[in-house]
Amino acid sequence: MNYIGSSVLRIEDRPLLTGEGRFAADLSLPDQLQMRVVRSSVAHGRLVEIDTSDALALDGVEAVWTHQDVQDIPPIDFRMAWVDGLEPFRQPILAAGITRYVGEPLAVVLAEDPYLAEDAAELVYVEYEDLQPVVDPYQPEPGEAVETTLVEKGYGDLEEAFEGAAEIVEMELRVGRHTGVPMETRGAQAWYDPLRSVVEMFGAAKVPHHNRAAIASMLGLPLGSVLLREGHVGGGFGIRGELYPEDVLVCLAALRLGRPIRWIEDRKEHLLAANHSRDQVHRIRAAVDRDGWIRGVDDECWVDQGAYLRTHQVTVTELTTSLLPGPYVWPAYRSRAHVMLSNKTPCGTYRAPGRFETTFVRERLIDLISDRLEMDSVGVRRRNLIPADQMPFHREIEALGTEVTYDSGDYHLLLDRTLEFLDYEDLTAALARRRSEGEVVGLGMGFFVEKSGLGPFDGVRVTVDEAGEVVVTTGVASVGQGVETVLAQVCADTLGVEAESVRVRHGQTDEIAYGMGAFASRVTVMSGSATLLAAGQVRERALETASGMLEAAPQDLTIDRGRVFVQGSPDGPSVMLGEVAARLRPGQAEGTPGLTAEGWFEVDHMTYPYGIHCAVVRVDPESGEVTVERFVVAYEIGRAVNPKLVEGQIAGGAAQGIGGALLEDFAYDESGQPLTSSFMDYLMPTVVEVPEVEVLLCEDAPSPLNPLGVKGAGEGGITAAGAAIANAVADALGGSEEVSCLPLSPERVRRIARSLPRP
Amino acid sequence: MSNRTEVEVRLNVNGRDYRVRVEPRRTLADTLRDNCGLTGTHLGCEHGVCGACTILADGEPVRACLMFAVQCEGMELRTVEGLADGDRLHPLQQAFWENHGLQCGFCTPGFLMLATGYLEQRPEPDEEELKEMLSSNLCRCTGYQNILKAVKQAAAEMRG
Repeated sequence: MNYIGSSVLRIEDRPLLTGEGRFAADLSLPDQLQMRVVRSSVAHGRLVEIDTSDALALDGVEAVWTHQDVQDIPPIDFRMAWVDGLEPFRQPILAAGITRYVGEPLAVVLAEDPYLAEDAAELVYVEYEDLQPVVDPYQPEPGEAVETTLVEKGYGDLEEAFEGAAEIVEMELRVGRHTGVPMETRGAQAWYDPLRSVVEMFGAAKVPHHNRAAIASMLGLPLGSVLLREGHVGGGFGIRGELYPEDVLVCLAALRLGRPIRWIEDRKEHLLAANHSRDQVHRIRAAVDRDGWIRGVDDECWVDQGAYLRTHQVTVTELTTSLLPGPYVWPAYRSRAHVMLSNKTPCGTYRAPGRFETTFVRERLIDLISDRLEMDSVGVRRRNLIPADQMPFHREIEALGTEVTYDSGDYHLLLDRTLEFLDYEDLTAALARRRSEGEVVGLGMGFFVEKSGLGPFDGVRVTVDEAGEVVVTTGVASVGQGVETVLAQVCADTLGVEAESVRVRHGQTDEIAYGMGAFASRVTVMSGSATLLAAGQVRERALETASGMLEAAPQDLTIDRGRVFVQGSPDGPSVMLGEVAARLRPGQAEGTPGLTAEGWFEVDHMTYPYGIHCAVVRVDPESGEVTVERFVVAYEIGRAVNPKLVEGQIAGGAAQGIGGALLEDFAYDESGQPLTSSFMDYLMPTVVEVPEVEVLLCEDAPSPLNPLGVKGAGEGGITAAGAAIANAVADALGGSEEVSCLPLSPERVRRIARSLPRP
Repeated sequence: MSNRTEVEVRLNVNGRDYRVRVEPRRTLADTLRDNCGLTGTHLGCEHGVCGACTILADGEPVRACLMFAVQCEGMELRTVEGLADGDRLHPLQQAFWENHGLQCGFCTPGFLMLATGYLEQRPEPDEEELKEMLSSNLCRCTGYQNILKAVKQAAAEMRG
């Protein structure tokens, strides 16, 4: 059977359907203590005194710690670092003298019971001396805002581009603050195991191997003394699994107190303390010729990082400045990004970091250029797309330490296929008709280039035991995206077994020495390829060994459903893979014992999938409500290992994108108090706001960078959602330039609609 | 903890009696998870919005985070653990699997119990009614359409 390319049902679903999942909060250990974090209630203040005596007096409270108790622990280091000298902006695990955002951990309570721990946390009295908060660190008057660094990228002769331009089009655009908000909040449980002399933490996600090293280093322990375990993970989206203060605190407490420590975040904490994202202002200028050719683009942007630089350092800004040009040639380009601090929750990555924002900026700009030149926006896009014969296309920019080289693609072909899928002429005619009848409807498009498959490596070990059971062990992680099924499919096809019989183990730092983790749409590209390599080696070893057993040359043998036999003679003599494994016991065969192999896939460059989002919206100018009637995603995936799972990724991403485009916004008042700290205020889409996402999945441009030809699927569902919806709203409102800010909340849309001349 | 009052509560969950000692303020969700060991009921917000903790109380979908255990004496409670018949999945579980109606699976028990309670009372809902019902729970992974398809398929199967 060909598993690769087939929409087989997921092998990981059963425990999730029956209530047997093991999420972070599902583990309970005897004698455990519960940790509760005391968080700052002010945005910026000097900590005059933290009085813990009443809390400590409660029966059942074991300890209360403030910064004084943990001052030997260094701040949380960067997982990815692109600019030197930013260490002073890292976050301590408990605030040191000054608190810088509402929700910052100031102290922890360790108590017998979670209700008691919460009671005690309320008895920790904090005296603050108020300091002036920075809530909006943007231009033109940054005031007291700290600019940590300026990230600048570009190429070509910008001066010449602007000097010779027929028209210069300028715009200021803003993407609000929102983030992944997985349905499972964070959680971690740590205990010391004297048998193996290790501190073990359950509740790891995304990057367990990296976090193990970081925790070991912060606690001054050898790497082998820390062990991280991933359970089921209730959604990732960039935010979950990064190293946060609470992860370090549970490990420290487990070591110091000698008891298991359990910390489960509540939703309010999550919305105040886990990474926010987006929050950018761009001022962008384009130099264009009369025929729509874009000669050059100059961008200046401000990225509000919040109060500290967390594990991603300036990763989002890196991606913003390096990938803003997207699918277009743009002979000259520059982006200057001010990385600003404010007294708000620190930011990290959220699905399509830097691309959601820049695709909104770039594609709104394209529509504005089209309006100015009175050209069809599809025509302007077509004019500027990178032609297929220029692939691979070298952007002459670096992103995340690797050159931006689009590996393969035919952007014009995808545009044609999308227009055909939409029935573009008929659709625009129908919308024109509805507008003439008084409806406020519009169509918007966003073209984007994604990035995926970030290296430099990942590895997989494939083992067949004597019972014939196949185990794939990988250092990547699962955040619910279908890792187990996809790796089982690749292993099954390569080795010649049934996918349903393959077990996949991931996210356990003691089962494989190295692992990069699950982010940047990298798992299928990197671990899929490593699985192919490892399973290929196991197959070779199996055929060699079976050759002696069946008295046939290895090249004449094949494997099907775990049975080895002579090709063309399925009813002839055969041996099962388990029997082959039994021949490879130590001392019985030459070479490494056992039917097992490791495959390590290494790559220097990312692979760049691309796509187009199209939205049809209806606007109620009175209420400002925007209804997404249709949402289409055309996506070039190279090769889909499991089309149904790819479509699931795209539909889920699109739903989140619709949320970011219309609903989700972390608002603050002028004193830095968050106004969105529950699901009553932070609005996420329900089934009513999300239409059926129509997916046009294309396999026209396989990646030359990996043996499967795949490109990542994790992020392309969200990338252009803000762009397409904003362009559609602008189209509905008669091409309004005022549509320049996400989310397009009802009050914002209503304000724009009211400012327009009535038809 | 000696000065904290606990009371004895008898809960009937999935046809089995549990005798637990809890503080009166302890939520039903925490009691199910920590005292009865039924961790399939998940907590996503603890203020009644997300619906991950939805269970059935006397056949009605309720938010287990908004009820206290002491309120539930004498009620017939059903959680996701009681949905399958041995190895045989409930039609809703089967349909969620077949339609890729889950990714991370965290919200899944809540959706399953919500839809079970609804379909048992209204076996022939139209699409708008189903959407209205499903809009009471949040999912962050799927974009909902596969959940809707799964519930439609299960509704047809449950009608027989």
